Parts: sequence; C-alpha cells; structure tokens
Amino acid sequence: MSEQNKKEALPQNKNGASPLLKVDNINVYYGSIHAIKGISFEVKSGEIVTLIGANGAGKSTTLNTISGLLHPTTGDINFLEHSIVKIQPHKIVEQGIAQVPEGRRIFAQMTVRENLEMGAYIQSDGNEIKNDIEKVYELFPRLKERRKQIAGTLSGGEQQMLAMGRALMSRPKLLMLDEPSMGLAPILVEQIFKIIADVHKTGATILLVEQNAQMALSIADRGYVMETGKIITTGTGKDLLSSDEIKKAYLGG
Amino acid sequence: MTFLNFFINGISLGSIYAIIALGYTMVYGIAKMLNFAHGDVIMIGAYVCFYAISRYKLPAFVGVIGAVLICTILGIIVERLAYKPLRQAPSLAVLITAIGVSYLLQNSALLMWSSNPKFFKPIIARGAFKFFDGQLSISHITILTIATCVLIMIALSVFINRSRLGKAMRACSEDKGAAQLMGINVNATISLTFAIGSGLAAIAGALLCSAYPTLTPTTGSLPGIKAFTAAVFGGIGSIPGAFLGCLMLGVIEIFAKSYISSQLSDAVVFAVLIIVLLVKPAGLLGRMTQEKV
Ligand SMILES: Nc1ncnc2c1ncn2[C@@H]1O[C@H](COP(=O)(O)OP(=O)(O)OP(=O)(O)O)[C@@H](O)[C@H]1O
Ligand SMILES: [Mg+2]
Repeated sequence: MSEQNKKEALPQNKNGASPLLKVDNINVYYGSIHAIKGISFEVKSGEIVTLIGANGAGKSTTLNTISGLLHPTTGDINFLEHSIVKIQPHKIVEQGIAQVPEGRRIFAQMTVRENLEMGAYIQSDGNEIKNDIEKVYELFPRLKERRKQIAGTLSGGEQQMLAMGRALMSRPKLLMLDEPSMGLAPILVEQIFKIIADVHKTGATILLVEQNAQMALSIADRGYVMETGKIITTGTGKDLLSSDEIKKAYLGG
Repeated sequence: MTFLNFFINGISLGSIYAIIALGYTMVYGIAKMLNFAHGDVIMIGAYVCFYAISRYKLPAFVGVIGAVLICTILGIIVERLAYKPLRQAPSLAVLITAIGVSYLLQNSALLMWSSNPKFFKPIIARGAFKFFDGQLSISHITILTIATCVLIMIALSVFINRSRLGKAMRACSEDKGAAQLMGINVNATISLTFAIGSGLAAIAGALLCSAYPTLTPTTGSLPGIKAFTAAVFGGIGSIPGAFLGCLMLGVIEIFAKSYISSQLSDAVVFAVLIIVLLVKPAGLLGRMTQEKV
C-alpha cells in the first residue's frame, strides 16, 4: 500500500487518473484458435507491470496485439487515451511503444551498431541517434566492444542486451519485454533484471512478460496472472509473491 | 584477339543480365517471392523508350528516363494489386499469380503494339573503338552497358549498406515482424524494392534492345529467365552473387554461341546452371536456408 502511494507521488504519475496503457476486454484469434479470451488490464505511467503465466497462456499474443502485429476481433486498446487497435505497427512505435520480442529477433546478419540504428529508425536527428547509441553502450559496455560484430555471432546474453538496447533506441514511453530471461544463466538473468530496473529509473514504464515469476514479481509494482487466454488473478508484486495459489502454480511450492 | 572480343561481348551481355537480376534478387530477398513478370517489365520499358525516341523524336536520355518512370510506377502498381493481397498466401499461389501477371503484360503489349517486331534505334550512336589495328573492336553500346552496370552495382551497394532505407530493406528481408517493431513501414519498403527493381528493368530494356534491336512483346521473357537463372546461379537474394552469376552466364552464353553453336547456346547455359546447383545447391555465393521457393 505504501509502495503504491509512493508511486502516486512521482511526477510521471500526476495524471494518474488515466493509465498510460489500457487494454479493454480484447479477444484475439489465430484463425479458429481463440488465444485471448476477453482480457483487460492497465499500466500506469512509471509502473513496472508484469504478465506471468505458463506456456501458451497468451502472453506473447497479448504483447503482439498491443504492438499492432495482431488485431483483436473485439475490445479496445488505449495508449495515452487514444485507441491504437486500428493503427499499423510502425505507427504504434512512433506513438511510443517498443517491444523486445520473444526470442530476441535481432537482425542476425547486421552488425551490432546497425541493429541499434534500426532501433532508432523513427528518429531523424543523426546527432541524437549517436548520443542514444552511446547511452546504450554505457548501459551495456559489452555491446560497445562488439559494435562492429555481426549480431548473429553474439552469445545469447549479448543478443538479449542488443535486443533491449535496440528497443530503447526508439525512446519508448512504454517498453514491453517478452521473456528477457529466457535461456540465460542465473547470473545473466540477474544482470538483465538489474538493467530493467535501471531503465525503469530513467523514467520508462515497463510491461514485463516472464516465465520466471519470482524475479518478475520481485521487481514489479503489480502483476497479472494469465492462464489459457484469461487473466485469473491480479495484485501487487508483493501480494502475488506471497499468495499460496501463485506459489503452488508458478513458484515451485 | 577474337577470344578477347567474345569475352568482352559476354561481359556486356552479362551486365544486362545483372541489371535485370538485381530486380529478381532484391524482390526475392525482401518479399520472398519470384516475380516472374519482371522480364516483361523490361519489354514495357523498351517499348516506352522506342516510342519516345522513334515516334516522338525525343532525345535518347529522355526516352530512357521516361521508361524508368513508367516502369517504376508499373512495378508499384503490380505489387499493390497482384502481390500485396497475397502476402500471407502459400508461395505457390504467389508464383502462379506472377506467371499470370507476366501473361497479362505480354498480352497487353500485343494489343497495344501488335506482334510486328519494332526496330529499336540504339540509345547511343552506333560505332566502335578499334584497338590493335582493328583486331579488337568494342562498340559504344558495349562500353555504355558495362559502365552503366558497374555504376548501378556501386550505387545500389552503397544504398543498401549505408543508407537508412537500404538498411531497413535488409532488416525487412531478415525479419518483417521485428522490422515492424522498429517502426519500419514494411509495405512501403516492399513497394520501394519493386520500384527500384522495375526502374532498373527499364534501363536493362533500353540497353538490351540497343544491342539486340528487334523488339516484340516477348522480348523480355528469355532474358528475364536467363537473368533469374543467373541470380540462382550466383545465390538468389545475394546482390554480389547475382552480379557474378550474370557475368559468368553472359560469358558462357557468348562462348557457347561462338565456339559451339548458336542453336545450342541456351542448352549449354542451362546445363552449366544445373551442374552448379548440383555441386552448390545454394548457388555460388548463396546462403543455405530452409526457405521454400
Ligand atoms: N501463429 C500462431 N498460430 C496459431 N496459434 C498460435 C500462434 N501463436 C500462438 N498460438 C497459440 O496461441 C496460444 C497463446 O500463445 P502465446 O505464444 O501467446 O503464449 P505465451 O503465453 O507467450 O507462451 P510462452 O510462455 O510459451 O511464450 C497458444 O495456445 C498457442 O498455441
Ligand atoms: Mg510467449
């Protein structure tokens, strides 16, 4: 509760009445497969919100629908109080939503630096792009060492850093991350989560999809638990971490 | 000396193929489809050029620019109307559509311009530079063709490797979904690719008909197929591969014509292609992928 109040006091949250992102009862199909069955949730400015759930729950589908790669058959998604369901994906990036997709999906045949430049595709000022690249290098010194390397030859952890750096290059208001810890050694997972927290401190709002519920809930303000296309529980990170139901289902007892 | 003559003619023919193959290979790289109508865009370009120069007496360069503009627009329209609705369709459906578009263009040309061959006036004055007491003779059009090809190759490489739009094209060719998440307009990028490929096809048409002046509605098909073959030969999707493949194909074709038989030259060309693909299935410079054609 006190955590919540502290957030309310942050400047980004002045207009806390209307959330940054509001997903309103959306349904998404893949052909005849009903993947998302009427979910609603919201992300307020300055928050870290996590979506957790087992394989196939519909987490990636949700993020891809917000990004405009998929379209809901019914329901609405509002970003900064404007509906974005009919907007093309590249325009959604311009509005301030970036996604680090599942499996990184870096451009394997391009160099590290070129990948970052692609992340800045919507920016036009060359000097600012250069500054932003330097900022990403500060956040991920490893990328600076590898800047001329072909991205496909990076290690899994480095590729994740690149995918995150690339998404940051568009200066998103909302950064969505889809399983950033996937396939990484525990020490790297911690590093990635620390970076997420750092990015959050710079003012970005974060929507985090994770299988690693423990880690995700521990840094999140609030969480939503998904199961087969529906949201079954929601609460603050702390509450969900200590909930018996969640412990049993997702935290291994 | 005759050998050198043949070789230079081969390089010149290969240069025309290379300009055509760029259209095939760029479109394949980005839209993952074989645009079989590409050869017919060459023919349309050549007709536009022919009418501008011979009928309306415009200067040759105006004719070429006009042809480039019209083919660029034609390429964009074809993509929008015929291929874009099939973006999610199976590749076989797209292939059949492309063949349909090819026939549509040929038959439209037949209707508009009849099947009577037109005699194409070269875009540069006939004549040749002579070397070694006239033993080696290089025609103006040969020099223009090779120079144009080299220029286009350099310009396109710089564009694709250095420019923002060129990099966006590479990003789209790797992963369209991820490219969209970067804010890249994938549809516009695909249109741009078709536009560039078709504009180059018009240039190829003007050069081709300047060297081989008989113009009919089917003029573009065989060079189109050969350029496509050469692009596969070099590794489809790879621009340097297409360039190399086309030059080799041009040289092989001219040698086969001159030393073996002009009837058999195409058979020899395709035999070489089959052998290369047996040895290197991905082509000379191609990357092995699981991509379905
Ligand atoms: N392209 C697709 N075509 C058909 N069905 C799909 C497609 N992508 C996902 N699905 C189905 O939609 C459902 C939700 O998938 P989604 O990828 O959103 O799950 P997820 O929560 O991200 O799972 P994971 O944790 O394994 O990534 C699953 O049942 C999946 O089989
Ligand atoms: Mg997923």
